[in-house]
Amino acid sequence: MEAVSQFIQNIPLDLLLIQTVNGIVTGMILALVASGLTLIFGIMDVVNFAHGELFMMGAYLGVLVMATTGSFWLALIIATLMIAILGAALQILTLRPLIGRDPLNTILVTFGLSLILQNFALWEYGPVPRKLPEPITAHFNLFYLQYPWYRIVIAALSAAIIGGFWLYLKYGKFGIWIRATTQDRVMAQAMGIPVPWVYTGVFALGAAMAAASGVLFGPLGSINHTMGLDWVLKAFIVVVVGGMGNLGGSIAAAIFISLLEAYASIWVSPAQAVIVSFIVLILTLLFRPTGLFVATPK
Amino acid sequence: MTTAPLDKTMPPKAKLSHTTVYWIGFCVVMAVLIVAPLVLPVFWAKFLTEILIWGLLAMSSDLLIGYTGMISFGHSAFFGLGMYGAAGALLHTSPPNLWLAIVYGLAGAAGAALFVAYFSTRLRDIYFAITTLIFSQIFYVIIFTWTAVTGGENGLIFTRPHFSIPFLYDVRFTTTTMHWFVLALVAGSYLLLRRITRSPFGMVLQSIRENEARTRAIGYPVQRYKIVSVMLSGLFAGLAGVLYAVQNEFAAPDFVFFVTSGDTVIFNVMGGIGTLVGPIVGAGFFQLLRELLSRVFGDQFPYLIPLGVVFIVMIIFLPQGLLGFARRWLNR
Repeated sequence: MEAVSQFIQNIPLDLLLIQTVNGIVTGMILALVASGLTLIFGIMDVVNFAHGELFMMGAYLGVLVMATTGSFWLALIIATLMIAILGAALQILTLRPLIGRDPLNTILVTFGLSLILQNFALWEYGPVPRKLPEPITAHFNLFYLQYPWYRIVIAALSAAIIGGFWLYLKYGKFGIWIRATTQDRVMAQAMGIPVPWVYTGVFALGAAMAAASGVLFGPLGSINHTMGLDWVLKAFIVVVVGGMGNLGGSIAAAIFISLLEAYASIWVSPAQAVIVSFIVLILTLLFRPTGLFVATPK
Repeated sequence: MTTAPLDKTMPPKAKLSHTTVYWIGFCVVMAVLIVAPLVLPVFWAKFLTEILIWGLLAMSSDLLIGYTGMISFGHSAFFGLGMYGAAGALLHTSPPNLWLAIVYGLAGAAGAALFVAYFSTRLRDIYFAITTLIFSQIFYVIIFTWTAVTGGENGLIFTRPHFSIPFLYDVRFTTTTMHWFVLALVAGSYLLLRRITRSPFGMVLQSIRENEARTRAIGYPVQRYKIVSVMLSGLFAGLAGVLYAVQNEFAAPDFVFFVTSGDTVIFNVMGGIGTLVGPIVGAGFFQLLRELLSRVFGDQFPYLIPLGVVFIVMIIFLPQGLLGFARRWLNR
């Protein structure tokens, strides 16, 4: 008992508060990455192994555009558009020939893509990590601490992108096409929906979401060619823990896991804090393989 | 090729049976591999030994990909635990004992495999692939950060043990004898895996690949079969790790990283899944291409970009791999 109360007394409350806000901010970025992944998987049955690399390429393009134009917001828009075009091109070249084949082929192809993109980034930009400057440098007072506004803006922006995307799926014309294709591919084709182009569009949209989150993450951490793997793994954990193909569950799981990792990194090094999310995954698999944030299946 | 001259000496009706042709082919390949280190320069002899080791790793994963129908992206964990198991045995016993290294390495790989198999076989298809990858990352993080035991980033360095049979024989490995030792173990593993895949157990695995629901409905405990197949695969991958450690005299965290698992999958797809020999051919093809590219364009050349392109083109246009055409024949 003595040890426990001592431990509780030793918890640094100010750190805990900061890590809570930090966790929510990274959680929102992770939710943006994971919803792109869920979108591509839910509609095309494609596990996009290259999703983390699209995130990384987005961040690098953001650095490039920022260096030439000097505007962060321009970098965000241009990088997102360019990665969307790249995504569409990759889908047409590599994934379209595989429609109708075993879905495991697509995981292999996107794995090949991730290999190419990762080595391209290493070759083109070198091993030295890059960083994006913060577009908003103002701070505000969080109780007695200084907290940068930018992080709050990121979280809000990520939430806005996810929300806009959800509304688009619900009410936009292309969104309705996407949902129709998910429900019944053959019927959608018969109704005149160009299904192969819906796939291309979906992949481009998912890639754009990955790139946007990459640029948004840029000022928070260093950008290097291996960052993709960490993010894609975390996004996969989120997708499994949140319940497969469930957008709301993914967002909840993203924030949940990021919070746990943020708290864990108060006591252990960030490299080891990753293990916390792995443990969450193992426990989920053991006790609730359908996902933590979904209703119990009957 | 081997049948052509024999056919002429025999009456036209007496065709060689499948088994005879198979074993003649096996012996010819073995003979070539046995003679190779005597003829080749040292660099290429070592290169060939490494191809055999990578081939063993790829072959172990073929048991999962090709026969049980589960893609594992986590074979680096088994390979790495085999490596570190061997390193532990070689560093803490004196004189270093080769057999003890193999036992420790296999035990390490088996432990990792049990852990991975128990959890990840609860999921199917893509989710299986992702969870194996995540588990291999757990082992990577542990090995990378537990510096006191594993040497962290620097890994462990040791000297190669002697080849010994207790009380009878004790001799230092040379490049040639090391090659023969590796060849013997790889060939033995191949024959064992071939026997396993043709046994009733192997048939159940293949029926899981073809139709899991039906296999369960017939009454086979599918999950138990999957766990055993992941563990078997992990053991052979661990053996490959031990051999790699003994060959190169170090254990490094880089080999526990995801890249090793990715390479394993590439070897399989390039060579042809479900053939057992295909993955070895795939490993050879991959390593040769890589060596060729770095000789032509220099060491700094990002060889994985053209290799990735070749890999994607092969999945789209040659999904059976290099040896895919012989798949039925080899498994008969």
